[in-house]
Amino acid sequence: MASYQNIFTQVQLRGHPEMGMPHKDDSEPRIPLTAYSYWMGKLGQAQLGPLYLGKLGLASLLFGSLSIAIMGLNMLASVNWNPNRFLKEFFWLALEPPGPEWGFSVYVPLAEGGWWIIAGFFLTASILLWWARTYLRAKALGMGTHIAWAFASAIWLYLVLGIIRPFLLGSWSEAVPFGIFPHLDWTAAFSIRYGNLFYNPFHALSIAFLYGSTLLFAMHGATILAVGRYGGEREIEQIYDRGTASERAGLFWRWTMGFNATMESIHRWAWWFAVLTTLTGGIGILLTGTVVDNWYLWAQEHGFAPAYPDTGVVDPSTSFVAPAPVPAEPSLMAADPGAAAPAAPSPAEGN
Amino acid sequence: MLTLSKLTTMGALAVAALSLGACDIGPKTSEQGGFRGTGIAQISDPDNKIDPGTVPPPPYELPPPSGPKASEVYQNVKVLGHVSQEEFDYTMAAITQWIVPADAPPEQAGCNYCHNAENLADDSKYTKVVARRMIQMTQNINQNYSDHVKKTGVTCYTCHRGNAVPKYVWTDPKPSDGRLMGNKRGQNTPSPVTAYASLPLSTASMYLGLDAKAARVQSKTIHPTTLNLKGTKDAEANYAIMMHLSRSLNVNCTYCHNSRAFAQWGQSSPQRAQAWYGLQMVKNANQEYIHPLTSVFPANRLGPQGDPYKTNCATCHQIQRKPLGGAQMAKDYPALLTLGPKGAVPGAAPAGAAPAMPGMVAPAPAAAAAAPAAAGN
Repeated sequence: MASYQNIFTQVQLRGHPEMGMPHKDDSEPRIPLTAYSYWMGKLGQAQLGPLYLGKLGLASLLFGSLSIAIMGLNMLASVNWNPNRFLKEFFWLALEPPGPEWGFSVYVPLAEGGWWIIAGFFLTASILLWWARTYLRAKALGMGTHIAWAFASAIWLYLVLGIIRPFLLGSWSEAVPFGIFPHLDWTAAFSIRYGNLFYNPFHALSIAFLYGSTLLFAMHGATILAVGRYGGEREIEQIYDRGTASERAGLFWRWTMGFNATMESIHRWAWWFAVLTTLTGGIGILLTGTVVDNWYLWAQEHGFAPAYPDTGVVDPSTSFVAPAPVPAEPSLMAADPGAAAPAAPSPAEGN
Repeated sequence: MLTLSKLTTMGALAVAALSLGACDIGPKTSEQGGFRGTGIAQISDPDNKIDPGTVPPPPYELPPPSGPKASEVYQNVKVLGHVSQEEFDYTMAAITQWIVPADAPPEQAGCNYCHNAENLADDSKYTKVVARRMIQMTQNINQNYSDHVKKTGVTCYTCHRGNAVPKYVWTDPKPSDGRLMGNKRGQNTPSPVTAYASLPLSTASMYLGLDAKAARVQSKTIHPTTLNLKGTKDAEANYAIMMHLSRSLNVNCTYCHNSRAFAQWGQSSPQRAQAWYGLQMVKNANQEYIHPLTSVFPANRLGPQGDPYKTNCATCHQIQRKPLGGAQMAKDYPALLTLGPKGAVPGAAPAGAAPAMPGMVAPAPAAAAAAPAAAGN
């Protein structure tokens, strides 16, 4: 096996830890703890730390921990505080949002979904604080804020699911439960209720960008690994000073598909695909139940779904007449001696 | 020598073997049931066929429908008085072997399980009052629900299978007490009832019980209207009751539905309409025939909420597409095929000294009215 073909990072640097540049603004000091990890170094950089926590990070972790604790304790209470059942049934357990009877009121008893609202509020606070942290840390490093805006796209989908759409529909019950299988079952039920989400064009776009993201990721990762023997993994240098790695990578794609992204633009492709996955997904969810109530019918109307031959089955409820009730009091059921022998049941088609 | 790559390969194989542990290894057969390309297929596992059960033979040859009527010979015969005495005896013998066969527990001994041995006309045993109503239920199903039971029909044995209480029954769940402790909101529990999803568990009570509600969740209009106020939670419950149908009949969703548009009748198989009639039948049986017996049953025949054991799809089907493999059984028991003549008027004295049925309540008007209302489900 050649030395450049490997699963793990082969070279680990040891020395004085890289402490980074000093802050240009009045940011709080970093936590100057550093260490080296051989095993972490197999996967990425061997150096751990220094860490910047700051007020935002601290507040975010606090709200996040509170939120997770509320969810966990609610799940634990639902199994009568039995740790064995908690572990056994963990994937099934949930903190459910308030039922439809509560509308979008915030005054919901804790046991009826009030805890869900509180946990959701804390989780949202934690996520938004973490977003602010990604924005400010990028600024402090003199970077662009691409990471923060990509994160914002994911937060958009989260907010649509958890609060914007429930607000527009006037019911917390339309929000997603906290729980492993419960949120997956919610997803399936959501699609069924609204006439199959696969006929929602924004859902379709979101899937295209999601799958496109994985394809781009695979293509880019494979390309860079393949030119690793020429130093291709030093992408930034290759952007400024195109070397043989970059030449060969570009040539490969021009040979195979006639076109290639550049060392810089491939990352713009990846960023937009990832960002558009949740951006279009959020639009699709927002329109569901607010603007479109049955995506299958919408797709038929707009020639978006193929039509198949009609099976000829009609809704039996349109012609069904329930049989007259038979009195339950047996004493009323006197025998009629002159009655004819019972007839055979009406011959119907075989089942 | 054991190298890292060998170790990795062995580890990967071990993980693959373990993760396949939950799969049913072996060939499957696929049966196309709809238009090509729509994925309407039934996957079955020929190695794990479930025994449909065997039909017990008639007690003896069916006597001719001539001779004196049962009501002329016996006292206090109310729902089978119109059949001949010989056929009545034949039917009683069959019911005995269906409900309390020879190998039943001793306290459920033959005729005496329902009858007072001193006086067979006596209604003092609750089982006799229940059996009478169950005979009416069977007759009603065969006469009025041929859209579901077709020519095959049902007998007591379709559900009972030699048990005094059928194997697949349900009772109402404990309502939420509004507390957190032990409250899973009727769902979020691993159970075969929901195919091990976290979906609601007591959907029989929601859709097949006394307060059965409409199950349909999808709108018939593209845009939202006030005609359909069902939400995602209603769809979860609907999904769960569909899992009950699927499990009871051992079929996939696509036995009835085109899964791209579950609600569209024009893309569904004829079995879906047949199943719809079956749901009406089960609701009717529970609301009109079983629930009114609540006060007749002793406490040990009631669920924790004080309601009787009721029927769902599995009660008859018992994990078969057709109960008992579609065996033609009811034809041998003509007394069970149609309701008796309704010649009686309220207040007319029946033959024999009939004691009042203690606690036997007439069906609530609400229950009767619920049937047409439920027809839109």
